[in-house]
Amino acid sequence: MTVIQDQNAGRKQWMSLLAKCDPAELDGAWSALDLSLDHQVLRAPEVGSVMVRGRAGAVGAAFNLGEITVTRCSVRLSSGQDGHAYVQGRDKTKALRAALLDAGMQTAAATKIREKVLTPLSTAATRRQTTRAAKAAATKVDFFTMARGED
Amino acid sequence: MYVAVKGGERAIDNAHAWLAEERRGDSEVAELSVAQIREQLKLAVNRVMAEGSLFDPDLAALAIKQARGDMIEAIFLIRAYRTTLPRFGASHPIATGAMRCDRRVSATFKDAPGGQLLGPTFDYTHRLLDFKLAAEGDVPAAPEKPADPARTPHIMGFLDRENLIQTEEAGAETPPDLTREPLELPAERPLRLQSLTRGDEGFILGMAYSTQRGYARNHAFVAELRIGTVAVEMDIPELGFAIEIGEIEVTECETVNQFKGSRTEPPQFTRGYGLVFGMSERKAISMALVDRALRWKELGEDNLGAPAQDEEFVLSHADNIQATGFLEHIKLPHYVDFQSELELIRKLRRAVSDTIREAAE
Repeated sequence: MTVIQDQNAGRKQWMSLLAKCDPAELDGAWSALDLSLDHQVLRAPEVGSVMVRGRAGAVGAAFNLGEITVTRCSVRLSSGQDGHAYVQGRDKTKALRAALLDAGMQTAAATKIREKVLTPLSTAATRRQTTRAAKAAATKVDFFTMARGED
Repeated sequence: MYVAVKGGERAIDNAHAWLAEERRGDSEVAELSVAQIREQLKLAVNRVMAEGSLFDPDLAALAIKQARGDMIEAIFLIRAYRTTLPRFGASHPIATGAMRCDRRVSATFKDAPGGQLLGPTFDYTHRLLDFKLAAEGDVPAAPEKPADPARTPHIMGFLDRENLIQTEEAGAETPPDLTREPLELPAERPLRLQSLTRGDEGFILGMAYSTQRGYARNHAFVAELRIGTVAVEMDIPELGFAIEIGEIEVTECETVNQFKGSRTEPPQFTRGYGLVFGMSERKAISMALVDRALRWKELGEDNLGAPAQDEEFVLSHADNIQATGFLEHIKLPHYVDFQSELELIRKLRRAVSDTIREAAE
């Protein structure tokens, strides 16, 4: 059971990363990967929406906030693994690639995919987040300094 | 009589051709790209996403371009597009406590853990026109400082510990959805919040302002206002577990409101809540004030007859697409309607003048 949960945790992580990534960055990583995965498309990329919910007072009753655009896609490799994708936005190429990568991560190509695609995407996302957080931190009010008239 | 409404086809085609030309403006001036709108008119994009009720910055930017900057027209385009999309499901409620905050301020606690982050705000600017922006130029990078890796907890949690604040009730697993069922009154709070978050910013602002000026005054403090990015998580039916399907920027406002107690509640602070797509803090604060005013019944307060307490009034008039649809339709041909009105007035006139003549004779 634990093993299955661990597998799910790993899969959840890479699927989430692919869902949120910038299509242009995935484009670059995809070219670098240079991997052909023989497959059939189970569900062609389809654009739709997901209703996003919030909670009253952040902790109370759920309510509908509004929708986001999402594209989904499913594939099956000729070696038998199924790959799924639910990705933000309306980019069908991104959805197809995400599904292929999800399937590929269940094969021997996993190490290469991690090295060429997942790690670079994750590094880029972390860098963007760190930069934003650092800019926010620079706008932190230091009441103590102001009151003492230092600086 | 119906003949009059036919024959406009060529005029309409030509009008639309001219619209396209006018939209483009002077061809000597470079054309605006969708990416430019998305990046440089971001707050307009945010408003279109919030009131269009669809988070997709590229689509919102396209709608603004197509609508020539008419925000309500752009929102209309987004609402129309939204109805063409199949819905894959609903997300888990977003965890705003785990938000990566660009901005986070509290008007109630100076030394809130996590600090006061001003973010990219208009506050404290002098509101003087900056003529440097009329010329092109590079902008220096904003300063950076190492960020505290710890999470920024909700300030409301600290008041909660002292039991001084009204607790939020858990609600139904599946909240009512305005986009699926028409508005029914009385509305539960989840339905009111959905209506407010997609409601017209100007209308919600006006309603909120009315409570500040004394129409059902509820004296709000902004306990916390935070803007930043949160992940959107959804259960994937094919997999049987949840993944993050995207991330969105939202603005959240939590107010604490003075409350002396009522027939059913002890003296305590009560809360109002605003949550809006994008960086939309005026709207989020307004939403929290109106949410609080609409809660009079569940808190056992008196109905003071104020407009902001009247959910039928607020919820029925908050939607600018419904409003503009009904309002603007009166400019379209009503020749037959008007013809009958004209007949009626002539008949009444004849009757009156006949009576006068008879009286004179």
